[in-house]
Amino acid sequence: MEKSVLKVNNLSKIFKVKSNKLFDKPKMLKAVNDVSFEVLEGETLGVIGESGCGKSTLGRCIIQLLQTSSGEVLYNDAKINDLNSSELKKIRKDIQIIFQDPYSSLDPRKTVGAIIEEPMIIHNIGKHEDRKNKVIELLKEVGLDTFHVNRYPHEFSGGQRQRINVARALALNPKVIVCDEPVSALDVSVQAQVLNLLKDLQKKFNLTYVFISHDLSVVKYISDRIAIMYLGKIVEIGDAKNIYKEPKHPYTKALFSAIPPESPFENKQKLVLEGDVPSPLNLPSGCPLSTRCPNYMEKCSKTVPELKDIGDNHQVACFLYK
Amino acid sequence: MSDSIISVKDLKTYFYLSTGIVKAVDGVSFTLSKGETMGIVGESGSGKSVTASSIMRLIQKPIGKIVNGEIIFEGKDILKMKNKELLDLRGKDISMIFQDPMTSLDPVYKIGQQIIEVIKVHQNVSKEKAKKIAIEALEMVGIPEAESRMNAYPHEFSGGMRQRVMIAMAIVCNPKLIIADEPTTALDVTVQAQVLDLLKDLQKKMGTSILIITHNLGVIWDMCDTVMVMYAGKTVEYAKTATLYEQPLHPYTWGLLDSMPKLSQDTEKPLKAIKGTPPDLKLTGNACNFHNRCPYAQEICKNKAPELIEIEEGHFAACHFQTKDKKLKRKEEV
Repeated sequence: MEKSVLKVNNLSKIFKVKSNKLFDKPKMLKAVNDVSFEVLEGETLGVIGESGCGKSTLGRCIIQLLQTSSGEVLYNDAKINDLNSSELKKIRKDIQIIFQDPYSSLDPRKTVGAIIEEPMIIHNIGKHEDRKNKVIELLKEVGLDTFHVNRYPHEFSGGQRQRINVARALALNPKVIVCDEPVSALDVSVQAQVLNLLKDLQKKFNLTYVFISHDLSVVKYISDRIAIMYLGKIVEIGDAKNIYKEPKHPYTKALFSAIPPESPFENKQKLVLEGDVPSPLNLPSGCPLSTRCPNYMEKCSKTVPELKDIGDNHQVACFLYK
Repeated sequence: MSDSIISVKDLKTYFYLSTGIVKAVDGVSFTLSKGETMGIVGESGSGKSVTASSIMRLIQKPIGKIVNGEIIFEGKDILKMKNKELLDLRGKDISMIFQDPMTSLDPVYKIGQQIIEVIKVHQNVSKEKAKKIAIEALEMVGIPEAESRMNAYPHEFSGGMRQRVMIAMAIVCNPKLIIADEPTTALDVTVQAQVLDLLKDLQKKMGTSILIITHNLGVIWDMCDTVMVMYAGKTVEYAKTATLYEQPLHPYTWGLLDSMPKLSQDTEKPLKAIKGTPPDLKLTGNACNFHNRCPYAQEICKNKAPELIEIEEGHFAACHFQTKDKKLKRKEEV
């Protein structure tokens, strides 16, 4: 039986948004709404969703960059979302993040060597000499040359910068890496290089990834299991192969049918959802998709469907499945 | 060809910076027939957007300059037009949809006013008539309650809705050609599907030609009749969409097709990525721009730029080893 490394129970994150009116109470924006899942050791959990569905907020809540409003995050069965900063520092060694934008996530005034070394200095690892050697080792690991060590981020292309980001995330020998849209700022030919690199590193160091992306084909390529988010909720979660073969939730179906075709000969039946995503400031009552769903029933706008197991490790939050 | 709406020949647009000359577009040629859709695909920095801006003559002076080529639109060379003719052309005969719907709408004007402005500039109609045309256009692109939405500001619309407003603005004067510069890149997949369907419907109704610029091959397969692949400012391949998919000829096109992760693909195998990164556009010139990344490159590729030649009817490619008599064999594993 595989061990679960990361577990999220009923996690919610609420942001307070100032009202337009003077003296009015602030509005509550539920970015992540009662989400639960677990991530097994050595696997990749892909999180897909459209912009504003709360996938990045979820990623940040997991590594405790944002404080959770309610619910808990467990790392190796220990709760990590109410630790004080010194306890959190220990956990942070094990859970790292790679950000989306390779341009703004590297300090422009530091050399590549200093950037990769910094996490080790913060955590007091090794002597100066050891750290330098480790930096060189990491650079080789991510496919950069050793002479790059004294260069500055602006001298690198987007793909190379993302490699530096990967090297920095690896510096502390983490167990879990949250990848927040790591390839969406890159061109296809370079994107493929970085995806291959992430996959190779996972095998080598037995890493666990939480891979957040809006690109369905990228998620399919890298993930073992996939969670689909809509308006702060997970609507479907299961093995990547099953979900892509047979999506169950109406939202997943619509999302997959909207992917542009893979060849000019493919004639796709599109399932287009009416209208726009509702604002998370006033969520629809009941199922989040109830305002747009083609399979709408009366009870959808009254009760919120729970995630239910429909066999084969596949869970769906929809009244169509029992 | 007589039924071509626009034909571009050997277009070169350079930018003169203090650090050197950037050859953003360095030899691009294509022809778009009436009522058809053509796609330009390439990575960032390959010169797709500059090509579009050059057609509209929207290159920023004095840094940027169109140094060579001709752009024939309905028998007239756009590059030789005077300013007044250009003003007539832009928005009326050729209109453009930009990538980012947030920054291309003016945030301090109501969207109704912005659409009416386009109509008033190009059509000699009364204010009421202009308003009516604007409402019709908004209805056509599927904005509900168009009349009251005329009084809304851009920030009150979502990204997909804003892009619909941009499309409405582009079609109010019944243009003969719409240039869509990454029209769906800023949008989510489900919204992207809606916008692409809308463009297709409008084309059917109005018979407009569309030039669509994208980095997403899926959009090309979905929309286009012909496609041009650009790399580092040059056309590397140009063909019918189906031909390009079935028999691509240029090594870069092979790499591009292979490096896209596909849903139907076996995820166990690594992706076939193209090694390296695109060249610095200040240093390109007397070589094939792809030579440093090309697995088939030989000595000649470093010393001579290949010309774009017609290899089969309607299928052009620019590679030293792809000609009528010489054929390069595509290796399975690179």
